[in-house]
Amino acid sequence: MSAWNNVKAIAKRELGAYFSSPVAYVFIVIFLLLAGFFTFNVGQFFQIGEASLTSFFYWHPWLYLFLVPAVGMRLWSEERRQGTMELLLTMPITTWQAILGKFLASWAFLAIALLLTFPIVITVNYLGDPDNGIIFAGYIGSLLLAGAYLAISSMTSAMTRNQVVSFIVSVVICLFLIIVGYGPVTDLLTGWGSAALVDTVAAFSVITHFDPFQKGLIDLRDIVFFLSIIVFALFTTGVIIRAHRAG
Amino acid sequence: MIKVENLKKAFGMKYAVNGVSFAVERGEVLGFLGPNGAGKSTTMRMIMGFIPPTDGKISVGGFDMAENPIPGKRLMGYLPENAPAYSDMTVHGFLAFAAELRGLAGDAKKKAIGNAVEMCFLQNVLHQSVDTLSKGYRHRTSLAQALLHDPDILILDEPTDGLDPNQKHEIRTLIKRMGETKVIIFSTHILEEVEAVCSRAIIIDRGQIVANGTPRELKARSQNAGAVTISLLGAPSADVIGKLRVLSAVKDTQVVSEDSARTTIRCVPNQDQVSGTFSRVIADLVQRENWRLEELRVEEGKLDDVFRNITLSETQKGATQ
Repeated sequence: MSAWNNVKAIAKRELGAYFSSPVAYVFIVIFLLLAGFFTFNVGQFFQIGEASLTSFFYWHPWLYLFLVPAVGMRLWSEERRQGTMELLLTMPITTWQAILGKFLASWAFLAIALLLTFPIVITVNYLGDPDNGIIFAGYIGSLLLAGAYLAISSMTSAMTRNQVVSFIVSVVICLFLIIVGYGPVTDLLTGWGSAALVDTVAAFSVITHFDPFQKGLIDLRDIVFFLSIIVFALFTTGVIIRAHRAG
Repeated sequence: MIKVENLKKAFGMKYAVNGVSFAVERGEVLGFLGPNGAGKSTTMRMIMGFIPPTDGKISVGGFDMAENPIPGKRLMGYLPENAPAYSDMTVHGFLAFAAELRGLAGDAKKKAIGNAVEMCFLQNVLHQSVDTLSKGYRHRTSLAQALLHDPDILILDEPTDGLDPNQKHEIRTLIKRMGETKVIIFSTHILEEVEAVCSRAIIIDRGQIVANGTPRELKARSQNAGAVTISLLGAPSADVIGKLRVLSAVKDTQVVSEDSARTTIRCVPNQDQVSGTFSRVIADLVQRENWRLEELRVEEGKLDDVFRNITLSETQKGATQ
C-alpha cells in the first residue's frame, strides 16, 4: 500500500510542522479559552442549570469560523510561497495523496484541540447527570463541522500564495455557510420569500446540519452533508492546483 | 533514458517552450544554457511532470510522463530552481521525509540519508533547522534530497547558483563523478561550468534549441576559433600585417595590442584551412622573417562568444520581425 504510505508520510510531516512552531500551542490555548468563554459567559452554562453541553456546542460554528481557516490557511499557500510545492509534487506521489495527507493532518490537529476540551465533559458529569450519548454526538458533529471548514480552507489556500488572502476568503465562504441557516437570518428571509425557498437555502447551511448532532441525533443525511462538503472542497483543491501548474 | 519530442508550453499567448526535441542517454551530462527566461526551467519542470506540456511528448526510462508519470518520477531526482526546502524542518527531518516519499524505510532509509549527507557534506548541520542554514547549506540540503534514492536520472536547475567558489567546485566534481553512471541534465548561466562538466550542451533561446553539441563543437563555432595569435618583440605591426596579408591561408588580421616593445596580432585563417597546419604556416613566416617571437597561441574559441552570438542574433532577429 504505497499510496497509503505516501499519505501517511505527508500527514506526519504536516502535523510535525504544526507542533514544531509555537503557532500550534497558541492556537490550542486560544481555542480552549474561547470555547470556555462562549460556554460559561456567553452561553450562560451555569445559569441555564442544565446538565448538558448545549451552550458548549452551540457556539462551535462561530468559534470555528475564525479558528479553522487560521489552521488551514497555510496548507498550500506556504508550499507555494516557499517553492516546496514543486518539490512535493515532483515526488513519485499523486496530487490527491498530497491533498489528502495535508487535510488529514490538520483535521487531526483540530481533533486534538477538540479533545482537549475534555475537562468540560468531566465538569458537567461531576455537577449533574448529563446524557453522555448526546455529548458524544455533539463531538462527532463538531469534528465533522471542523472538517468541512478545513476542506474549504484547503481550497482557498490552494488559490493563493498569500495566507492572509486565503484566510479571508475562507472565512467569507464559511460565514456564508453559517448565515443561510442561522435563525435570525432565516427569520428575515421568511418575511419576503416562500417557506420552501428558505428551507432550500437553509439546507445548505452547516447550522441546519449541525443542530441534530447537538440534540444527540446522528443522522446519516447530516454526515453525508459534511462529507460532501469535504470531498467537494478537496476535489476543487486538486483542480485549482492542477490549473496552477498548467499556468 | 530521456526523450523529448517537439515539446511546447504556452503561458497565455506566449510560448515559453516552442518545439524542443532532444534525447539523453546514460553516461551523459547535458548542460542547458540560455539567457534568463529562455525556457530552461519550464522544460525541466515539464520533464519532471510538474507542468503539463501544451504539446509534445516526454518519455523517461520508457514511461510516458503525461499518461503514467509515477514510474518516471521514481527514476528521477530533482533539484528545483532556488533549491526549496521546508524551512520548519531540520535537515535530517527533511531528508527523512523525502526518503519516505521515495518509498524508503528502515535500514534502507537510514543508509540512503547517510550517503546523501556524506556526498553533500551536511554532517555539521544535520540537526539544524533549515531556516537557520546559510544559502550554501540550504542548497546542498535540497541537492541531497535529489540524490537520496540514488536515481538514474538527475535534473538539476542551476545547482551551483549562489554557492561560493569552493562549493561550486565541489558540486561540479560531484556532478562529473555521478555523470559517469547516470543521466544528468543541469542548467546554468556559468559557461566555464559547461566546459568543466558537460559532455554535451544545448543552448536554448526563446523557447527553442539554437545549438546542440559537445562543448568543443560549440566552441569551434566561435569567430576566433582556430585563429593564431602571435606576440613579437621589436617588429612594427604595419610590417608584420603586410607580410601576413600576403599569405593565402590568412583571411584577416587584427592588432590585439601594440606598444614600443611588443606587438600582438591575431591571424584569422581561411575557412578551408585545416586546423593545425595554420599555426605552422604562421610559425614558418615568423622564422623566415627572423622576428623575435615571444608567444604563439592557437585560440580555441570562447563559449561566451558563441553564446552571445547565437542568443543575441536570435534576439535581434526577433526584434526586427
